[in-house]
Amino acid sequence: MRELNWREYITTRLIRACGYSAIIFVGLIFIFLLREGSPALVEIPLPSLFSSRWYPIEEYFGILPLISGSIVVTIGATLVSVPLGLSTAIFIAEIAPRWAKEILKPLVEVLAGLPSVMLGFLGILVVAPFIRTATNIPTGLTAFTGALILGMMAIPTIVSVAEDALDAVPRTYREAAHALGATEWQTIWRVTLPAARSGVLTAIMLGIGRAIGETMTVMMVTGNAPVLLTGLESLFRPVRTMTATIAAEMGEVATGSVHYHTLFLIGITLFLISLIVNMAAAGVVFRQRKRAERILS
Amino acid sequence: MRRLRTASERNKLTQNIGFTGLRLAALITVVPIVLVVVYIFWQGSPAISWEFISGFPREGMRAGGILPAIVGTFWLTLGTGIIAVPLGIGAAIYLAEYAPDTNWTRAIRIAIINLAGIPSVVYGLFGLGLFVLFLQFGTSIVAGSLTLAIMTLPVIISTTEEALRAVPNSFRVVSISLGGSKWQTIRRVVIPQALPGILTGVILGLERAAGETAPILFTVAAFFLPRLPTSIFDATMALPYHLFVISTQVPGMPVQIQYGTAVVLLTFVLSMNTVAAVIRSRARARRQW
Repeated sequence: MRELNWREYITTRLIRACGYSAIIFVGLIFIFLLREGSPALVEIPLPSLFSSRWYPIEEYFGILPLISGSIVVTIGATLVSVPLGLSTAIFIAEIAPRWAKEILKPLVEVLAGLPSVMLGFLGILVVAPFIRTATNIPTGLTAFTGALILGMMAIPTIVSVAEDALDAVPRTYREAAHALGATEWQTIWRVTLPAARSGVLTAIMLGIGRAIGETMTVMMVTGNAPVLLTGLESLFRPVRTMTATIAAEMGEVATGSVHYHTLFLIGITLFLISLIVNMAAAGVVFRQRKRAERILS
Repeated sequence: MRRLRTASERNKLTQNIGFTGLRLAALITVVPIVLVVVYIFWQGSPAISWEFISGFPREGMRAGGILPAIVGTFWLTLGTGIIAVPLGIGAAIYLAEYAPDTNWTRAIRIAIINLAGIPSVVYGLFGLGLFVLFLQFGTSIVAGSLTLAIMTLPVIISTTEEALRAVPNSFRVVSISLGGSKWQTIRRVVIPQALPGILTGVILGLERAAGETAPILFTVAAFFLPRLPTSIFDATMALPYHLFVISTQVPGMPVQIQYGTAVVLLTFVLSMNTVAAVIRSRARARRQW
């Protein structure tokens, strides 16, 4: 009996350590990004850091073009993925017959598992030439191409989170709406969706987070030109995102150089963006859960 | 009465239009997925031969096989699993069975959500900073596996926790009333019941890891290394990185070899996906609760 207690004690401790490891990892990631990235803030004066020229070989480290590249591609991807993802989620959760669900859900899961490098590869060989001939521009490797493929890649995140949210809406809500004479469509639009609002919002935010962070596809299909974007027409020009810059240049820099530190600084920026997006998404969920608990108790 | 009928007719019409839109959107989402898979297999299967799978690259990767990349991805996936599976399942058990409802537990959950959202290339930077440089593992299978493992953790934790929570509480109550300790209950009752769900999550997590490129760019991947790794401190080629290299970095690359590599990678990923789906549907059919 004594031995049993002893073993119980050890396993409990181990399991708790596993639980807390998540916090440790986030901390470690932040510490090591800071360690390698913060020197850049000292080495490069702030005005030149926020200038519009990224040309590391001649010591130009303006990160604005990279930020604008990320923003344009992400907005484009959001415009593709949010309507498609939400509609698919609503379809699966509310109106699809059983057989359609059985086909759709695994397929969306397959999409989530498709390696980004493979979609980038197809982007280069199939999508980019198609866009070039369709729009008659000099190269198909543009922000638009990236946004299109990235939009596809963000869909699984949106679908799975939004579908969970819709599923979680109690059936009584729908039954009440039907009893009042609402059509299926009115029920979805006026009852189910508003009730699942917070989950749907989370889904959108996580989808956006996914798009900002995507690396390989973007690096392969957006043409990699670090130029500051001006207007809508720059959607059809090559751009370069923050993620792609890190991935493309880190392999060639000397450890400890200014360029190296700057790439880590971009990494810190990305880390903080994802932190904010995810905290906001989590905040919505937690708040909602609390409210639900209050109502139910 | 007449007005009423037209109103309901109008509602019906709106509904039909709306439903058609939803169906269309679902179709637009799904069709490209099928197309991608079919197209890759159609273009790439002619390149698949025994020599392609079991041979070493020759002539600057423009001929020969991709064995080192296949073996590399295999070891990386295995390494990721060895690290992430115990850690992830442990964390999930803590959250589902032990964790009190405190701010610390909430902090763990927030940390997991954040881990899931950190861009893959940032994991690459972190792996470079901590494992490759600070701990001096060099660009190696260990460094890459550790990086991929931390990236995979949130997937494994969240799916495992869900599987554990799905086990009805009465199972636990019965076990404890028979004199089982908390850990005995978890190990002999809860985990066996949740096993299919846990396995599915683990496989899906490892599938992501196997297909990732950005985290291994600076931690493991060798551009061209025509031999097999002999220790865990060796660098290695890996399938996703190899596909990236031959589709962007090597001029005059035969398209067939590119598609062939894509087919092998896709097969790797899809077979894991299928195994996960089979486990899940079998478990669902056999479940007693």
